[in-house]
Amino acid sequence: MTEFGLGRREQSWQEKLAQMSFLYIILIAVLAAIGTVTLYSAGNGDWNPWAVKHLSRFIAAFGVMMTLAFVETKYYYKSAYVFYFISLILLVLVEIGGHVGMGAQRWINFGIFKVQPSELMKIGIVLFLARYFSAATIQGIKSIRGIIIPAVFTLLPVALIAVEPDLGTALMVLCTASVILFAVGVQWWKFAAAIGAVAGILPIVWNFLHEYQKNRVLTFLDPERDPLGTGYHIIQSKIAFGSGGIFGKGFLHGTQTHLNFLPEKHTDFIFTMFSEEFGLIGSLSVLFINLIVLSLGYVFAFRVRNYFARLTIVGLNTNYFLYVFINMAMVMGVLPVVGVPLPLISYGGTVMFSIMASFGIILCMSVCYDERSD
Amino acid sequence: MSSLNKEKNYILSRRLAWIIAVNLLAFAVLAARLYFLQVYEADKYKMLSDENRISTRFLLAPRGTIYDRNGDVIAKNDQNFQALIIAEQTPDINETLERFKQIVPLSEDEEKKVVSDIKNKRRFIPVKLKDNLSWDEVSAILLHAPDLPGVEITEGLSRKYPMSDLYAHVLGYVGPVSEADRKDNPLYMVPGFKIGKSGLERSMDYKLQGKSGTVKLEVNAYGRVMKEIERDPGEQGDSLTLTVDSRLQKAAYEAFGNHSGAAVVLDVRTGEILAMVSTPAFDPNLFTNGISYKQWNELLNNERSPLIDKAVSGQYSPGSTFKIVVALAALEAGIIDADTRFYCSGSTEIGNIRFHCWNHYGHGSLNVVKALKYSCDIFFYEAALRVGVDKIREMALKLGLGEVLNVGLDNEKGGLIPSKSWKKAKYGTQWAPGDSANTGIGQGYVLVTPMQLVTMLARVVNGGYAVTPTFIKPSKKDLEQIKRLKIARRHIELVKEGMYEVVNGAGGTAKKAKFNLDGVRMGGKTGTTQVRRISIKERRTGVIRDEYLPWKLRNHAWFMGFTPVDNPRYAVAVIVEHGSSGSGVAAPIASKILQEALKLDIK
Repeated sequence: MTEFGLGRREQSWQEKLAQMSFLYIILIAVLAAIGTVTLYSAGNGDWNPWAVKHLSRFIAAFGVMMTLAFVETKYYYKSAYVFYFISLILLVLVEIGGHVGMGAQRWINFGIFKVQPSELMKIGIVLFLARYFSAATIQGIKSIRGIIIPAVFTLLPVALIAVEPDLGTALMVLCTASVILFAVGVQWWKFAAAIGAVAGILPIVWNFLHEYQKNRVLTFLDPERDPLGTGYHIIQSKIAFGSGGIFGKGFLHGTQTHLNFLPEKHTDFIFTMFSEEFGLIGSLSVLFINLIVLSLGYVFAFRVRNYFARLTIVGLNTNYFLYVFINMAMVMGVLPVVGVPLPLISYGGTVMFSIMASFGIILCMSVCYDERSD
Repeated sequence: MSSLNKEKNYILSRRLAWIIAVNLLAFAVLAARLYFLQVYEADKYKMLSDENRISTRFLLAPRGTIYDRNGDVIAKNDQNFQALIIAEQTPDINETLERFKQIVPLSEDEEKKVVSDIKNKRRFIPVKLKDNLSWDEVSAILLHAPDLPGVEITEGLSRKYPMSDLYAHVLGYVGPVSEADRKDNPLYMVPGFKIGKSGLERSMDYKLQGKSGTVKLEVNAYGRVMKEIERDPGEQGDSLTLTVDSRLQKAAYEAFGNHSGAAVVLDVRTGEILAMVSTPAFDPNLFTNGISYKQWNELLNNERSPLIDKAVSGQYSPGSTFKIVVALAALEAGIIDADTRFYCSGSTEIGNIRFHCWNHYGHGSLNVVKALKYSCDIFFYEAALRVGVDKIREMALKLGLGEVLNVGLDNEKGGLIPSKSWKKAKYGTQWAPGDSANTGIGQGYVLVTPMQLVTMLARVVNGGYAVTPTFIKPSKKDLEQIKRLKIARRHIELVKEGMYEVVNGAGGTAKKAKFNLDGVRMGGKTGTTQVRRISIKERRTGVIRDEYLPWKLRNHAWFMGFTPVDNPRYAVAVIVEHGSSGSGVAAPIASKILQEALKLDIK
């Protein structure tokens, strides 16, 4: 079957709206509200420069989300490859532009708005793989040949993003793709073999590195090797978490942040700031709300019977999970600092729009009940 | 088709369960990490957070004021005005600096330091432009304030000695903490903290320092002060009232003129030090704000040693003043009495060596009173030989010689009272009769400080009470505890009579220094001590007169005196380094000082 087989007619928007999870939408809004409040504090108790912009961006992105939620599912299926290739071409353009501009380049400027192609690719790879595997047979999935194409179309953008260089995003795209491959049933041993191969190559690569490159990698893995450079950020972040204690220092009273000991308090380290002011109670609450949002995503993935829709939800949900996990883990000193923001809470337009777009697509897929192939 | 999709969906659902499990596990790790940081290790991080944000600074306590016995201030804290500049508050730092220089000139070094400080410090940290501004400079800066953005005046305290060099050796001075002073006191690391470096400022430092306050400030990551959290203002140091009388101190200091020497005046009844001078002196105010290298070198290389307190650190042979000790030792031992006479022919042979009297014509036969009056050497050679050095030493120690008196000054010396065992240990040779003879006239090995000598005199003339010199008024209880030495009153009266004769008798050695203020007179004893050895050849050809010798080789001149003779209250010891003659130089100075003491109404 190559067509996006529809058992029944597409539902009306009223029908779709009635079936959508309001809890899901509310929790998204709650997270954005938490982000706004925290950015108000980050601006030293001022709506400027971040809080008001964050809120208005969220409202705009909310429109994008709701729009995408009511697009007919089949259009996602149909446009999946096109979307992927447009994203890929933009990535190449960014790469060329970056070389021309002599430096790291992640943006393409369209005049009225800028686009970060690597963010588009996070959605593009999910749609691409979901469509690809919708059409695949079980034998195809389980054969070596069957995963060469998805592997190539995954590694291509990953490599492009990695050389930008944006290692964090590259790894996120790679992980998302791997999870989809896992979800469709690629055998365990193939993952084991891939991991084994990488583990086997790494020591060889390591030997070819210069001393300064090795040091850079080691510092990346263990920032406390360099307490005045990278290590300073993570040490100050841990102090902020710890000194917040159970109840926090109170709204607008986080000393680590307000006295500028904590860097990037409005972007990557915003969860640190929130946790310093609201303590363990606050930080666990944010963690818990995110857990519910993710769980609802998985509930949708179980409830829906359409394979493309299910796979898309799994992919986008994984993408969101990676954002939350990597960001929180890095600010708490569990993972190296790779520059991944906390969606809905960190200040930044690109991630806001891309994550709200993916929520819109998840919402759309979540009401795709009768699109089963019977 | 449908079975294919069903199977694919089945596989997806199963794999989804794994994915959800991994997600849950990852969130569990995050939750555990949050608990670990925010609960388990919270205390540690709270401390680190406070260390980050709270900067504790010391507020220096004002030092205690020092008064003389009349309540006149002799050491205090002066307001000290500083001009500071804060770089970030001035639009063009060079222009502001130029304008400032037009109002208050800066030396090239000062300007260099300001420029480098501005470059090296953060823009909001004040940099010192100029210290110790005068009132005129302060008002000029304030007047031009609109043209000097970022320039501020702050007020500090600096130590001031209003009588400048008068109390140089009593008070000493304060200065910044040096590496050597630094113990474990964190306060000593505070910039601007001053400690007593010498004199009473040093020995009484623990009382004068006071208790420094602290101020806890909240600072941001760049060190900028955001607000004050807590302030403990500290306490001013205890004030101190000394026993010295500034009027007498001044008289004593001025009595020396250009002479190099020292004088100490005691109240013989209590041991209170009424005056203590060492000349030449220096201005301790120079040290408060940092003495220049040139000034320091001048003080250091001056052959008259202005930095040394000769009153307690200068050790000199006591010369004939020591005859008082020898006389008392001999009287107490029963070797001589009031009527014992020895014959002086001008010289005598002791152990194959010829010993001379200062008067080579000889004094003839004389008793102890006359021997003191004329300062006959032969009498005391004889007395010393008979009584023995050990008895002399015993008396000397009783009277306060030979040991540090601990009046609380630096480098206080103990002098030297020799004994047989001392000589054996020091030189490995036996005590010779000649050594006893030399000791008998206060030459040879004997060394005393002016402080010790005046203590000795005080203990004799007060009737044998073992007073100890002190700068702090002794309490009634302290005074009641003063022991009476075991010296017979009649023996004390004999030496006092001798000392009376020295000054007031016809032909006494210090007759030129005598005075009579409404019947109040002085007693005393001269001493002239050789700085160089007179050779046999020189004896034969005639001793070179002192005034033909270079200053450094001239004799030291001593005089110790007391007044009133009948009921002594004041005792003074005066040494004039290379002053040539005790009677000619030292006695008049002592006389002036004691007359001044009598005229003053010292309470």
